[in-house]
Amino acid sequence: MKLRVRPRALMVSAIGFVLLGFLMALNMRIGDIPLSLPDVLRATFDPADPAHFVVMELRLPRALTGVLVGAALAMSGAIIQSIARNPLASPEILGVTTGASVTVVAGMVVTGSTYGGASGLLMALGIPVLALAGGLIGAIVVYALAWRRGLDGYRLVLVGIGVAAVFTNVKYWLMTVGDVNDTTRAMVWISGSLNGRGWEHVVPVGLALLLLIPLTLAGARILDVLRFTDDTAVALGVRLNRSRGLMILSAVLLAAVATASAGPIAFVALPSPQIAMRLVGSGRPPLVTSAVVGSVLVAGADLVARTAFSPLELPVGIVTAVLGAPYLIYLLVRMRRGSRV
Amino acid sequence: MRLQAVDVRLGYGDRVVVDGLDLGIEPGTVTTIIGPNGCGKSTLLRALGRLLKPSGGEVLLDGKRIDKLPTREVARVLGVLPQAPSAPEGLTVADLVARGRHPHQTWYRQWSSDDESAVGHALAMTGLADLAERPLDELSGGQRQRAWISMALAQGTDLLLLDEPTTFLDLAHQVEVLELVRHLHTSAGRTIVMVLHDLNLAARYADRLVAMRDGRVVASGAPHEVLTEELLAKVFDLDAVVIADPVAGTPLVVPIGTRH
Repeated sequence: MKLRVRPRALMVSAIGFVLLGFLMALNMRIGDIPLSLPDVLRATFDPADPAHFVVMELRLPRALTGVLVGAALAMSGAIIQSIARNPLASPEILGVTTGASVTVVAGMVVTGSTYGGASGLLMALGIPVLALAGGLIGAIVVYALAWRRGLDGYRLVLVGIGVAAVFTNVKYWLMTVGDVNDTTRAMVWISGSLNGRGWEHVVPVGLALLLLIPLTLAGARILDVLRFTDDTAVALGVRLNRSRGLMILSAVLLAAVATASAGPIAFVALPSPQIAMRLVGSGRPPLVTSAVVGSVLVAGADLVARTAFSPLELPVGIVTAVLGAPYLIYLLVRMRRGSRV
Repeated sequence: MRLQAVDVRLGYGDRVVVDGLDLGIEPGTVTTIIGPNGCGKSTLLRALGRLLKPSGGEVLLDGKRIDKLPTREVARVLGVLPQAPSAPEGLTVADLVARGRHPHQTWYRQWSSDDESAVGHALAMTGLADLAERPLDELSGGQRQRAWISMALAQGTDLLLLDEPTTFLDLAHQVEVLELVRHLHTSAGRTIVMVLHDLNLAARYADRLVAMRDGRVVASGAPHEVLTEELLAKVFDLDAVVIADPVAGTPLVVPIGTRH
C-alpha cells in the first residue's frame, strides 16, 4: 500500500512509540510486587521465575489490552470526527458504547446473584460477547434512525446524542432494579476498567485490529475527501453513501471490540484524534498518529489508576474522564471564540 | 457536444426550479450562464456536474448518460467547483490541491509522482506555489478562490464547471480569477461553463452567454447577440443602455435607474 506519509506525522508517531515503551516498562515494574527492569526481563523469559506469573499473566496482558483498546478507540474517534466534520464527535454518538452498556448491565442484573449467578469463565467470555452484540445493535439503531435518503453527518450526531440518552437511562433503570452486588460489578464495567484483563481479552481485540487497521488505512484518502461538503466530495468522484457507510462500519467495529474488552472507557476516542491532529499539524485527525496517542493515553491513565490511590485501584475510565473533561471544556471554549478547533 | 442537458426537470423536493430545459455545451468554449437570482442557473450547473439528479430528462457527457457512468470516471474528465466551497478548518493550500488527485488514486496507491507533479503544476499555474504550506483560512478571498481552482486543475479534467467563482471578491480579484479562467481555456483548450453575476465581466470573458429566467433559457449565443437592451428588459426587468466596452469592445451594460 502506498500512502502519503508526512515527515512530521512519522516523527510524532515515533516519539509516541518511545513513550509507549516507557509506559509499558513502568506498568511491568510497578505493582504490589515491585520489579526492576532486569527482574521483568528475567521473569518474561523464564517460566520458572517466581515473578513469571505476575508479569506474563497479570501485568503484560492487562497493559497490552490497554494499548490495543486505546488504539482502537482513538482510530474510531478519528473516523467519526472526520465524517461528522465535528471535533466533538466520538463513537458514543454511534450508539456503540451506550448500547454495549445496556446489554452488559442487563446481562449482569439478569444472570446476577439473585437468580443463581453466573461467574467465572461464563462471565469472562459472556461479557465481551454481550458487549459486542449490544454495541452493534446500538449502532444499527442509530444508523437506521439517521438514514434519510442518505446519511448526513450533522443528522447522525443529533440522532446519536438522542439515542445515547435513551440507552443511558435504560442502563440506569436496570441498575436501580438490580441486586446491589451486581450493580457494583456493573458500575466498574461501565466506567471502563482494565482490572483482571488477561490474554483472552488481548487476543480478540488484537486480531480485530490486525484486520481493521489496514482496511481503515485503505480508506484514508476517502476520509480526506469526506471532510469537505457533499458537493465537493461528489465532484471528486466519491460515492457518498457507500464510502461513508463503510468508514462508519469500520469505526463501529473498532469501538465495539474495544468496548467488549475493557468496557466503555470515556474520553479516549474524543481527545486522542484532536491531540494527534494538533501534534501533526494536519487538517484532519491522522489515523495512525491518533491510534498511537490513544495507546499512550490509556497506558498512562492505567498507570495512574493503579498507583494513585494504591492499594485501592481506580477504573481506568475514571482517570481518562478526569483528564479528558478539562480538555473537552477547553475545546468548547476555543469553539465559542470562533477560532480554529 | 461535450455536455448536454436534454429536456431536464430539476428541483429540490417538491419544488421544481427548472422544467423541460435543453442546453448543449460545445467543446473548447467558455460558456457563461447569466440570469436573475433564483432563475435556476446554479441548479442547472449542479445538474450538469451530476451533483443534482434530474427528476426528468437526462444529462449527457460526451453522448453518454452521466448518471450511468462511474462517478470516478466522470471525475477524471469533469471538474466541478461548487458555489462558495468550504474546506475543513486548518487545511493548507497544498492539502486542498492534493485532494484534486482523488479520482486518479486507488486504495493501494494513494500518492504517486504523477500526483506530486500535477499538484505542483496546478499550484504554479494559479501562482500559489509560495503559499502552498499556508492554511487556507489565512488567505485573502481571491487567493482562496485561486486555491480552489487549483484543486480543480490538479484533477486534470478538460471540462470545468465553476459556480460563481467570483462571489465575495472585490473587482480586482474578480478580474484576476476570470483572467485565470480565460488562461486555462486559451492555454489548454479546456471547455468551461460558469455562472456569473456581473454581466460586463460575463460579456468580456465568455465565448457564449446563456440567459435564463424562471428556469428557462431565454437567449443564448455570442455576448453581443445576447446582451441587448431588449433582453435586459425581458430577463432582468432592467432598463439599461448597452454600449461597447471601451477596452475590449464587448457589450457594456449601463443601467438607467433614476439618479442621473
